[in-house]
Amino acid sequence: MATAVQTVERENYLNSNYGIKSWLLTTDHKRIAMLYLVSITAMFWIGGFFAMMIRLELLTPAGDLVTSDTYNKLFTMHGIIMVFFFLIPSVPAVIGNFVIPLMVGAKDLAFPRVNLLSWYIYMLGAITALTAMVTGGVDTGWTFYTPFSTTYSNTHVIGAAIGIFIAGFSSILTGLNFIVTIHRMRAPGLTWRRLPLFCWSNYAAALIMVLGTPVIAITLLLVALERAFNIGVFNPQLGGDPLLFQHLFWFYSHPAVYIMILPGMGVISEVVTCFSRKRAFGYEFVALASIAIAVLGFVVWAHHMFVAGISVYAALVFSLLSYLVAIPSAVKVFNWTATMYKGSISYNTPMLYAFGFIGLFTVGGLTGIFLASLGLDVHVHDTYFVVAHFHYVMVGGMVMAYMAGLHFWWPKMTGRMYPEAWAKLSALLVFVGFNTTFFPQFILGYMGAPRRYHAYPPEFQVLNVLSTAGASILAVGYVLPMIYFLWSLRYGEQAPPNPWNAVGLEWMTASPPPTHNFDETPVVTWEAYDYEHQPQEEITVGH
Amino acid sequence: MANPSNEHFSPESHILPVSLYFAIWATLMVCTGLTVFAASVDLGIFNIVVALLIATLKGTLVVLFFMHLKYSTKLTMVTVIAALFWLFIMFSLTLTDYMTRHWVTSGL
Amino acid sequence: MATSDVDIQIAERALQHHFADMEQQQETSTFGMWMFLLTEIMFFGGLFTAYLVYRASYYQAFVEGSQKMELWAGATNTAVLICSSLTMALGVRAAQTGRKKLMIVLLLITILFGLGFLGIKGVEYHEHWENHEFPGPNFHFETIDKKPPVDPQHTEIYFSLYWAMTGLHALHMIIGVGLVSWIIIAGLMSAYTPSYYTPVEIVGLYWHFVDLVWIYLFPLLYLISKKHGG
Repeated sequence: MATAVQTVERENYLNSNYGIKSWLLTTDHKRIAMLYLVSITAMFWIGGFFAMMIRLELLTPAGDLVTSDTYNKLFTMHGIIMVFFFLIPSVPAVIGNFVIPLMVGAKDLAFPRVNLLSWYIYMLGAITALTAMVTGGVDTGWTFYTPFSTTYSNTHVIGAAIGIFIAGFSSILTGLNFIVTIHRMRAPGLTWRRLPLFCWSNYAAALIMVLGTPVIAITLLLVALERAFNIGVFNPQLGGDPLLFQHLFWFYSHPAVYIMILPGMGVISEVVTCFSRKRAFGYEFVALASIAIAVLGFVVWAHHMFVAGISVYAALVFSLLSYLVAIPSAVKVFNWTATMYKGSISYNTPMLYAFGFIGLFTVGGLTGIFLASLGLDVHVHDTYFVVAHFHYVMVGGMVMAYMAGLHFWWPKMTGRMYPEAWAKLSALLVFVGFNTTFFPQFILGYMGAPRRYHAYPPEFQVLNVLSTAGASILAVGYVLPMIYFLWSLRYGEQAPPNPWNAVGLEWMTASPPPTHNFDETPVVTWEAYDYEHQPQEEITVGH
Repeated sequence: MANPSNEHFSPESHILPVSLYFAIWATLMVCTGLTVFAASVDLGIFNIVVALLIATLKGTLVVLFFMHLKYSTKLTMVTVIAALFWLFIMFSLTLTDYMTRHWVTSGL
Repeated sequence: MATSDVDIQIAERALQHHFADMEQQQETSTFGMWMFLLTEIMFFGGLFTAYLVYRASYYQAFVEGSQKMELWAGATNTAVLICSSLTMALGVRAAQTGRKKLMIVLLLITILFGLGFLGIKGVEYHEHWENHEFPGPNFHFETIDKKPPVDPQHTEIYFSLYWAMTGLHALHMIIGVGLVSWIIIAGLMSAYTPSYYTPVEIVGLYWHFVDLVWIYLFPLLYLISKKHGG
């Protein structure tokens, strides 16, 4: 793969057309991915700002930085933005959109115009939600429990709910596009068994997007109607059942966490195989585990409702099913580990993030098992234990996977290498900062510190201060990539088509790819992760 | 470049006879009349069962023939089955809560 | 039936650049519409779940609510939609066989049926509104035989679901009428041939789906029980 990089700039998807109209009216999946990259990064920083405010308030036991009402708004808006406007679209909309058509050897996704529409809908949803937040905020928690959200809250619930409703359609359309593309647009010879695991994972996540999101859409619509017209579907005073809201809400929102993590797992599969220079151990198991997670993820939702008042018999059923859903996740972790065993490991930044993912996701996942057990959940529900659990899987897991993916495919997307030394430093800062922030929260939760309170008993202060200190380090770890990624666009080393010597169709075209992706439709004759037959050249770029 | 799908379908070759469409239409109309009539008879608990059975029969005819599912790919069939299965999950697991809430009457 | 040169030209122009051939495009588009309908099933499914839960728990209240429905309106609307599905299916068939004028006529009749449905629904809504059978602070419920209602709070929930489910359905109906109108206009401009009529087919799928939802709404909302005082 050692073709000389020409000094005259080749036609690629970035320079083929200039001007704002060529970007805002593009149907090229690669440009749309870049549009998402910008929007999602912006939303990440806004969500991060709310996190910073939370951690600052929690430096002292007294509620002295903000009022309790404001604090309620802070954690609500942090949650809404991070879940609906950052985590759910992150890997699929940015990396998936860019890479999936390339991975399957297609010229674009199945429905390019729907893809663009998807981005516009996302933007409309984001602007709607942000408007609600800026003009007064929401204080119901990202979970919108009724009847507080429908009847008693005095904040912009309807605006926020509509913003999420709209963004949901963006997710649905992206998922639909991915499923149809993977079924119908694969290159000749690319059988399901040869499909990269990133495609399998995104396919599974897309299934959830398509099946689950409509339910939260209708539920939030009902909340908005109830609030607007004072009907009582979820209000016990008017004959409604607030638990029905929770059932419908969590029917989506639990599988939603798998929408978030599955694409990240897909990234890890790609990164681990490449930087171990080995084919994926137990490929079929990993592929099927993705589907199993998607399916099983739909039958466990009421583990969020164990102490809400559901029948104890239903709780038993859901507890048992929740244990089951851990199995396919564990299968993946074992397979990644086995892939690395006796591999030729390189410690590039994507691989460092992958290591972080595997360890931290495991911790988060195991603490999920604690929460699935009824007795334990009664003790730690609504405490910081839960907060720590989901931040371990979402931030220690998912955000690290997103960083791994950004670094892995950055050369492909931009034609530039990022500075490896700075990237490694940032990865280290993220790891240290993350654990310092969230490990104390496990202890706090077990000790009984409740979540969603802006003041706390003084004995919890030391751990809270430690947590905030960690958050500052974590923030630095996120700011640095912002800087060096931008820097690399101008000054980064030019990237060859395949800087990592990876196996995969996306590496067989230029970096950045031409608008039409491939000069000739590839014909696939090799198995997935065929690293045995890949030349064992050292990775010489990016140092 | 054909895609590696397992079934090959071209709708051009499946043009259904007009008489079939009319036959389905007639059956649907008869079923509608039947379900209205059945609702006026007191079958107790079976009223809902009969109503849903008739509705499902009607729905099946619409999906199979008007929507051409009978002549479509396996993938389309899987999509329809998935929809029904996921609805079933949502209904039945939600009901595990509502149907068993009153089982325990003594303080817990 | 021979495919003329004009037919082939139309099909070629309709072929999008990222598809290898029209067959792939047609299969992909059809699969895409089925996937979309899958999402619609889950969308309505949330409301059906709410209905299921409340009907199971408050059956009598639901019986009393549903007895205030006009059976003739619901039954007529069911028949109207079934007829519209027939004309829609025949319209797609006309596109398949290249009968442009027939297709236009059938699709126009389909729209008429759709508007008929919406008209009857409008009459029903007006009636319910006049009777204060709309949830909220002005809700007021009288049973069909003027006896005191057994559980007006939960009958109000029945009506909430009635308005939400039929309202969402009517909204989809309106969108369907819009889609069929678009197909008619494109058809008048000779956009479709036996080699390329995919948009007609997928709009047909959407239309039948809307009919399918009503097939379930009708018995669930209108035919719960005719027993009085039971």
